[in-house]
Amino acid sequence: MTTPVLEVKNLTRDYVTSGGFLRPAKMVHAVKGVNFTLNKGKTLAVVGESGCGKSTLARMITLIDPPTSGEILIDGLKADAAHVTREARQKVQIVFQNPYGSLNPRQKIGDVLAEPLLLNTDMKADERREKAMAMLLKVGLGPEHFNRYPHMFSGGQRQRVAIARALMLNPSFLVLDEPVSALDLSVQAQILNLLKDLQDEFGLTYVFISHDLSVVRYIADEVMVMYFGDVVEHGTRDEVFGNPQHEYTRTLFAATPNSSVESIKARLAKKAALAS
Amino acid sequence: MPLLDIKNLTVSFDTSVGLFKAVDGIDVSVDSREVLAIVGESGSGKSVAMLAVMGLLPGTATVTADKMEFEGLDLLKMSPQEKRQIIGRDIAMIFQEPVASLNPCFTVGFQLEEVLGKHLGLKGRAARDRAIELLKLVGIKDGAERLGAFPHQMSGGQCQRVMIAMAISCNPKLLIADEPTTALDVTIQKQILDLLVRLQAEHGMALIMITHDMGVVAETADRVIVQYKGHKMEEADVLTLFENPKSNYTRALLSALPENAVGDRLPTVSDFVFEPAPGV
Repeated sequence: MTTPVLEVKNLTRDYVTSGGFLRPAKMVHAVKGVNFTLNKGKTLAVVGESGCGKSTLARMITLIDPPTSGEILIDGLKADAAHVTREARQKVQIVFQNPYGSLNPRQKIGDVLAEPLLLNTDMKADERREKAMAMLLKVGLGPEHFNRYPHMFSGGQRQRVAIARALMLNPSFLVLDEPVSALDLSVQAQILNLLKDLQDEFGLTYVFISHDLSVVRYIADEVMVMYFGDVVEHGTRDEVFGNPQHEYTRTLFAATPNSSVESIKARLAKKAALAS
Repeated sequence: MPLLDIKNLTVSFDTSVGLFKAVDGIDVSVDSREVLAIVGESGSGKSVAMLAVMGLLPGTATVTADKMEFEGLDLLKMSPQEKRQIIGRDIAMIFQEPVASLNPCFTVGFQLEEVLGKHLGLKGRAARDRAIELLKLVGIKDGAERLGAFPHQMSGGQCQRVMIAMAISCNPKLLIADEPTTALDVTIQKQILDLLVRLQAEHGMALIMITHDMGVVAETADRVIVQYKGHKMEEADVLTLFENPKSNYTRALLSALPENAVGDRLPTVSDFVFEPAPGV
């Protein structure tokens, strides 16, 4: 059997709120024991509403925050957020939700892309620049964008830059934390297409965090539903969408707006019946 | 006679590179008891058009229209004093960011009672009772305790409920909701949409939903206006729009929905050429 790209064992994370005078500190269990393995070239979608611990999970597997307990194995090797080696950093990259906040406004796009190479490799400056330029073209931007600043770009273009930056180090897997939820519908479609193309080309592995089920259905191979820090459902996309087991998953499906013609007809009929 | 009738509305902004037309010659009309959705992407001018009606645009904006009437009253010729009698009472608006649209320095109760005092002259006990009643109407059960809460002590969904309570406090004839659920989770979005539709039916209000989400349109609207870069692309009733869209842009928007994906790729808007549908 091949080694999975990412293996997570019993991962938990507790946050302690600072207590005050006459107010005891409280413990919040943000993630309560998550297990999964993810193979190369696959997309795992993590679904849940705000506060369910999906972003905490993302921060742990990208080695930004240390877990309270549990293990993270990347390409079969144990990773430790307290001592992130250059090798470990090259293997994991993240794309954040808000492309307006995740790029330094005073850094040119070319420098944004070359910085991971500067920090984590011993490449020469011209080599770095060449690689950055190649990646810029790969994500659908032009050479004229190389010396521009982030404020000169639209939201969709910035998200392309963020994706390009994440791919500079040839990571084993990429964590995408709500990468399209700040974008317009048509731009969202472009970014989703780009992510699929890149996955086919480089055999990328994605952990895709989202609360939008229609996006998840489009992009995911496996789906994991989280609810208050627990994984309540985990299966292939067709299993979860075809036959949701947990009540919360069914609530999520019911709440997702349905834009089929049949459901509009049903709604209008109901409304007419109420009015008469 | 339509409740709100706007003909040939144009809004332009003075910028350092010249005049920018955010809304270019748009007609909007809503009947009482109707749910109209205005759909478009960012930059389509959908919010600006309604802000112009409310008179909430900054001084750099120039608003012109052939006609802008609410219940037969000309909003263009009205003095600011006269307009204040209508705005906030007969026409109310709720915004996208519920937490940001409430004042963080005052309690929810104070802000609610302020509206009641300004427009209906309710004071003290009467205002307080009405505020509790309003909170109950929007699904906040422990209203009496919640009146003392500050906005930061409540969740986004709760804050949006308070905003809705404020907006409907004077029984408006027209409620304009500007992306009311965009900042909220799907489960909360469902609750807020159901609440808006229920209130619209019970109070016989007209409702204008400004949104970029076709799913929200499908769940709420009677009639839909599709806007793109300040121009109206299409106007149709909701069923016709989804079943048989006339303009290319509407078709593009619908096919960009991930649930409508055919095969492995999503068509993107740049794959289409846009012109308004014939007759618009």
